[in-house]
Amino acid sequence: MSSLNDAFVWLNDPLNWQGPQGVPHLTWEHLYISGFAVGIAAVIAMPLALALGHTGRGGGFTVVVTNVSRAIPTLALLTVFSATAIGFGNRATIIALAVFAIPPLLTNTYVGVRAVDPDVVEAARGMGLSGWAVLTRVELPLAVPLIAAGVRTAAVQVVATATLAALVGGGGLGVIINTGFGQQDPGQIIAGGILVAALALATEIVLALVQRQVTPGRSRGRRAVGGLDAAPLAGPGAGGAEPDNDRGSVAVS
Amino acid sequence: MAADEPANPWFSWQYVQDNSGDLQHYLQQHLILTVESVAIAMLLAFPLALLAFRFRWLTTPLLGITGVLYTIPSLALFGFIYPFTGLTERTVVVGLVMYALLVLVRNTLAGLDGVPDDVREAARGMGYGRGRMLWKVELPVALPTIMAGVRVATVSTVALVTVGVIVGNGGLGQLIFRGFNSDYHAEILTASLLTVGLGLALDVLLALATRALMPWSRSRS
Repeated sequence: MSSLNDAFVWLNDPLNWQGPQGVPHLTWEHLYISGFAVGIAAVIAMPLALALGHTGRGGGFTVVVTNVSRAIPTLALLTVFSATAIGFGNRATIIALAVFAIPPLLTNTYVGVRAVDPDVVEAARGMGLSGWAVLTRVELPLAVPLIAAGVRTAAVQVVATATLAALVGGGGLGVIINTGFGQQDPGQIIAGGILVAALALATEIVLALVQRQVTPGRSRGRRAVGGLDAAPLAGPGAGGAEPDNDRGSVAVS
Repeated sequence: MAADEPANPWFSWQYVQDNSGDLQHYLQQHLILTVESVAIAMLLAFPLALLAFRFRWLTTPLLGITGVLYTIPSLALFGFIYPFTGLTERTVVVGLVMYALLVLVRNTLAGLDGVPDDVREAARGMGYGRGRMLWKVELPVALPTIMAGVRVATVSTVALVTVGVIVGNGGLGQLIFRGFNSDYHAEILTASLLTVGLGLALDVLLALATRALMPWSRSRS
């Protein structure tokens, strides 16, 4: 296939690996946009989810946030932010992506805290721990595996979606694909696609390994049972906040 | 400060009236692309899930492959398909089918796996064979989970159609993008709201369809 050959020619051209439009710089830009977005989302979502989970309120709220956010096209939000005073380019991208990273972080952290065995919480209270101590020394440590799953989901999603920033004047590896389409150059389009897909898959694999590290053996074993490595996605309004703890895993199992 | 700039409101009825033809055209394209993609994905996902249910060793590779497809960013996926299908609607449909597969396969399998063993045992005791058990017992019991998957796939597909703008067939995404390029706020927001509205409307329709398909669950709730 000639386009694939063209793609390898493009990837082997040293000129494409230099300067502000070169692969290293665009990759770096892609990663810092994504990192900032996930960071901002975590700062907003996690304290909120911990508070909601600790008090046991807001289950319905997290479900609604997750379902509504699924219906909003990322492109629409990117465009709206880019067209406002928030600005052209990367700042608008970071804010739009942060908005999309909030639901998985919120849901997983909330469910993680709620899933802590009530007996354990009861025992901690019985030992005289304050509400704050119960949260930070009992609930939070036990929720870490699900929180890690949420971070992984959010980060992979953000890295994938950051590609769209190129459509509205932002940076990152999507620029290569977008420029390729502008020039009707299939080789460059595919080269950009390979780079973006590789980055997304690498993020998934690295974070899956991190998730494994912080997940105790019990839940790792649970996933192997039945050969299905994934929880079903709950439909909108299907009730109950489902932890999005494993969308299409690549590295594990 | 901005006194010299012409008004650029985020919403105007004037815009909606003047462009009702365009809005209708792209809304229609959006709907058709969504329905086509989800329908084809269902036709593929269903037999695949049944195969994996029957031959368990297929489950891991099947979920692995669909999972990898799901992780590939949409812009890249359209780029991979584009050399074969060009700047056409087909590029968009093929890409969206690939995305919908993971959710549909996973939920169908999860639904079938979730059928309680007692229920199977009872059906077997009543003399149900494999085929009849699947159609009369396992699928109806799995239906809520399967339909939940269809709803998630549909809503996500509506949102993803907009990215089809890269090959000139993005439904309402065309208007979002056109509005962006001409800095026309009303066009951006109207098309965005229509996209969200379409997603939510299809979701409600599917929820009603689920209820209609499962008369036995109505009296319980």
